[in-house]
Amino acid sequence: MANRTSPRRNPEQAPETEAPASSAATGAPRDAWVVGGNRIPFARAGKKYSSASNQEMFTAALEGLVARFGLQGERLGEVVGGAVLKHSRDFNLVRESVLGSSLSPQTPAYDLQQACATGLEATIAVANKIRLGQVESGVAGGSDTVSDAPIAVSEGLRRALLEASHAKTLGQRVKAFAKVRPADLAPLTPATDEPRTGLSMGEHQAITTARWDISREAQDEIALASHEHLAAAWDAGFFDDLVTPFRGLVRDDNLRTDSSMEKLAALKPVYGKRLDGVTPTMTAGNSTPLTDGASTVLLASADWARERDLPLLARVVDAETAAVDFVHGHEGLLMAPAHAVPRLLARNGLALGDFDFYEIHEAFASTVLTTLKAWEDDEYCRTELGLDGPLGSIDRTRLNVNGSSLAAGHPFAATGGRIVATAAKLLAQRTAETGAPARALISVCAAGGLGVATILESVPATDATA
Amino acid sequence: MTDSYVQAVNSGFTKTLAKKLGLPRPAVLRRYRAGDPLTVGPVLVLGGTPGVRDDADRVAEALLGWDLDVRQTPDDTTRWGAVVVVLSGIERPEDASAPVMALSATLRRLAPNGRVVTISRAPAGTDSPELAAAREGVDGFLRSVAKELRYGATGNGVQVTDDAPVDSPSVLATLRFFLSARSAFVDGQLLRVGASDADPAVDVDLPLAGKVAVVTGAARGIGAQVARTLARDGAKVVVVDVPGAGEALAAVANEIRGTALQLDVTADDAGARILEHARARHGGLDVLVHNAGILRDKLLANMSPDKWDAVIAVNLAAQLRITEYLLGANGFSSEPRIVSLASTSGIAGNRGQANYAFSKAGVIGHTRAFARLLAAPGGPGGTANAVAPGFIETDMTASIPFVQREVARRVASLQQGGQPVDVAEAIAFLASPAAAGVNGQVLRVCGQNVVGR
Repeated sequence: MANRTSPRRNPEQAPETEAPASSAATGAPRDAWVVGGNRIPFARAGKKYSSASNQEMFTAALEGLVARFGLQGERLGEVVGGAVLKHSRDFNLVRESVLGSSLSPQTPAYDLQQACATGLEATIAVANKIRLGQVESGVAGGSDTVSDAPIAVSEGLRRALLEASHAKTLGQRVKAFAKVRPADLAPLTPATDEPRTGLSMGEHQAITTARWDISREAQDEIALASHEHLAAAWDAGFFDDLVTPFRGLVRDDNLRTDSSMEKLAALKPVYGKRLDGVTPTMTAGNSTPLTDGASTVLLASADWARERDLPLLARVVDAETAAVDFVHGHEGLLMAPAHAVPRLLARNGLALGDFDFYEIHEAFASTVLTTLKAWEDDEYCRTELGLDGPLGSIDRTRLNVNGSSLAAGHPFAATGGRIVATAAKLLAQRTAETGAPARALISVCAAGGLGVATILESVPATDATA
Repeated sequence: MTDSYVQAVNSGFTKTLAKKLGLPRPAVLRRYRAGDPLTVGPVLVLGGTPGVRDDADRVAEALLGWDLDVRQTPDDTTRWGAVVVVLSGIERPEDASAPVMALSATLRRLAPNGRVVTISRAPAGTDSPELAAAREGVDGFLRSVAKELRYGATGNGVQVTDDAPVDSPSVLATLRFFLSARSAFVDGQLLRVGASDADPAVDVDLPLAGKVAVVTGAARGIGAQVARTLARDGAKVVVVDVPGAGEALAAVANEIRGTALQLDVTADDAGARILEHARARHGGLDVLVHNAGILRDKLLANMSPDKWDAVIAVNLAAQLRITEYLLGANGFSSEPRIVSLASTSGIAGNRGQANYAFSKAGVIGHTRAFARLLAAPGGPGGTANAVAPGFIETDMTASIPFVQREVARRVASLQQGGQPVDVAEAIAFLASPAAAGVNGQVLRVCGQNVVGR
C-alpha cells in the first residue's frame, strides 16, 4: 500500500500556487472546474423514450454520473437543471430526481429554465457559486421530452373546471360547465412557437437565413459534417465515459451513418416556404429533430475534486448571456449569440481566433452559418455589435469537431450539458497531448431571442490552481 | 433465478410426496450471512494420536482460535457441524485406515449443511511410489465421500504442499472457507495450498478492506454478484462492462459504492484504461477478476468464423492481453490477485460449445502459466487462479430448454444449480490476502457435478 497516492494527490507534483484557495477567505474568485459529464443517448421523439418522463430521464443521467465518479451518498453543493416542456407536477423536477438518485438526500437542488440554453445557464450558475466559494461541487444539466410533453386543456374548459371547483351548489356547478363549447374540448398540445410573433423557431430562422443569403448546399454541408463527426466520435469510443445507455438505447438514434450530400439534397424544404421571393432552403435534414434526452455535468472546486481523486478537465473561464429584440427590431430570433460572444471576448481580452475548439449549437445548420457570417460582416459588426470592424472568422476545422445537435438531436434543456461535457473532454485530451493549455468557445441560441456564450479552458495538470 | 423444485421438496405436502416417491430431495443450502456462526455445530478433528503433539492437534488448536466448539474425540450424541480429517501424516496406504474408519463412525451424525474436510499432503514429484499411492488415494476417497453426503453437507480437501505446516495461514484460510457457508456449492474439490507469509490477523469479515478490485462483465449475473461480494468483503470495486450494458452497470456501481467503467475488454487499450481508472480514482489496483464472457453455441459443423473468433476474443484473448499489460506496467499496488472465470465446459467439454470450451480451457492454461510467472524467483509474487462454475442459476442458464436444465441441475451431488453468489464467494476467497498460498489452481464451484473431474 506504499504507493497508494495518485499523482494528482502528490503534494510534490501539485505545487501550491499563488492562487487563493477560497474566496470566502480572501474575497477573490477561485476556479470552477468541469470534472466530467454524463448523459443518456438522445432519442428521436416518439421512439425509445416515448414513455419516459423528464424525471426518469434526468434521474438516469444523474445515476450514470454518480456511478462514473463514485458519488454514492455524497452531499453535493447543489444540483441545478430544468426542462423546457414541463408538467406542472414537475415543479421540483431536479430535487425530485436527486431524491431518486444515489446522491445524498441532503443535496439541495433547484429548477432553472432558459429555453434551449437551460443546460448551459445551469452550468454557469453552478460554476459561479463554486467560484464564489458558496459551494464546493455541483451538477448542472437538463432534461426534455417531446414524447411525454404535458397536454393542457383549452382556456375555456380550464376556466369552467376552476369555476366548478369553487362552486358550492349543484346549480352553480352546472352553470359553470354550461359555458363549455365543443371546441373547448380539444386538448392543447405544447408549442414552442414564439408567443409574441406566433411564428415557429424554424420560420423565424428562415427569415434570418434568407437575410444572410445562406445557401442550401452550405447548410447541408454543416448537417453532413455533424453526422460524420458524431459517428466518428462514437466509433472512437469518445462517448464511452460521457454517455450511459437508457432503456435499451446505446447511441443517439438520430445519428445517420449513411447520410450524404445527395440524400440531404433530396429532402423537401419545410421552413420559409411562404416567404416572398425566397427559395426555401431549410429541410428536416439541416434542422434539428424533436428529441428526448437528459444530460448532466459535474463541476467542482479543484480542492474538492482532488480530495476525491477526480479529474479536472477544464475550468469555466467566463460566460455572457445576450438577448436581442426580434419582436420590434430587425434582429433574427436566434442571433443573440452573435452579440454575446464579442462582449465575452472583449471582457477576457481574447480574439475570435484564439480558440482550439468552437461548439456552436446547431439549432439549425443555418444558425451556425448566419452567426459566422455576421461576425465576418463589417457593417453588421459596426452597427449591430458596436465593433470597429468584423469580429473575424474561425477555422472551420475546429467547429463542432465531434458533431452537434443536427446529428445528436436536441432535447432542449439537455443540449447545454452535452456540449459542455464534450468540450471539456476535448480540451483535456488536447492538453494531455500537447502539454499546453487549450480553449473552447461555446455558444447556444435559445427561444425568446436569447443567447449564451461560455469559455472553457484546460491547463496542464501541474498548473491547475488549487 | 429460483429452482422451484428445491422449494417444493423442502416444504409442505410436496415434501411428503417427494419423500414417499423417493424423488431426489436437494437441500436448501446454508449461505453466508454476516454474524452467523462459522459452522452449524461442533467441529470434530480426526487423525490425531491422543497425547501427541501432531498435525491434528495443531489444526484443532487453530480452530479453537475461531471461537468454535472443537473436539478430538467422537461421541454418540453430538450432531457434528463439521468433521476435519487430518491425513497429512500418512506415508503408506495402510495408514489411512484408522482415521477413515473414525470418519465412517461419525458420518451419520453429521448435521444438515455439515462439512467434511480432509487435510492431506499434496502429491509431489519426488514422492516414493508408496507415498504417492497414499497421497493420491485421498483424492479418490474424498470425492467419493462427498458423493455420499446428503442434506446440503459437502466434502472438500486441502492438499498441503510439503513446504508448508498444516497450520500455516493459507492452509487455515482454505480450511475456514471449506468449513464456512461461503463454500455452499463447492463440493468434492481438493485445493492445493502452499506456504505463504499471509498475515493471519486480517479481519475475517472484511478481508479485502483497503483493496481495490476490478471486475469485468459486472453489469449482471455472476459478475454483478462478484462485485457485490468483493464490496461486502471491504474492497473498493471498479465495475467494467461494455458501453451497451452501461445502465445496468451504473446500477451495480451505485449499489456497492464503486465506480463504473464502460469498456470493451477486447479493445487494444483495455488494460491501460483499467489501470488509469483504478489508479486515478482509487489510488491503485490489487485484485483483478476476469469475468466477462460470451456464449455463441453451435455444433462445430455449423460454426462460423465470427462465432468462433468472438468467443475466443472476449473469453480468452482479452484476459491474456489485460493481465499481460497490467503485469508489464507493474500495475498492481500489492501482490497481484488475479482470478479468471473458467468453466466445467472447459474441463470436460460440452457438445455445441467447442468455441466456449476452447476459451475456458485456455483460461486454465494461462492461469497456470501466469501463476508460474508470478511465483518465479524475482517475480512479483501474488497469485493467479481460476474458478470453474458448473450449472449456475443465471439469466443465461434460464434460457436452456427445461429438460436439459433439469438434468443439468440434478446430476450434481447437491442435486441443484448454484447461485451466482456461490461463484462470487469462491472468487472472493481466492482474492483475499490469506489465500496467498493458493496459486495456479482451478477451483470448481459445481455442487460436484458429474461432468469432468
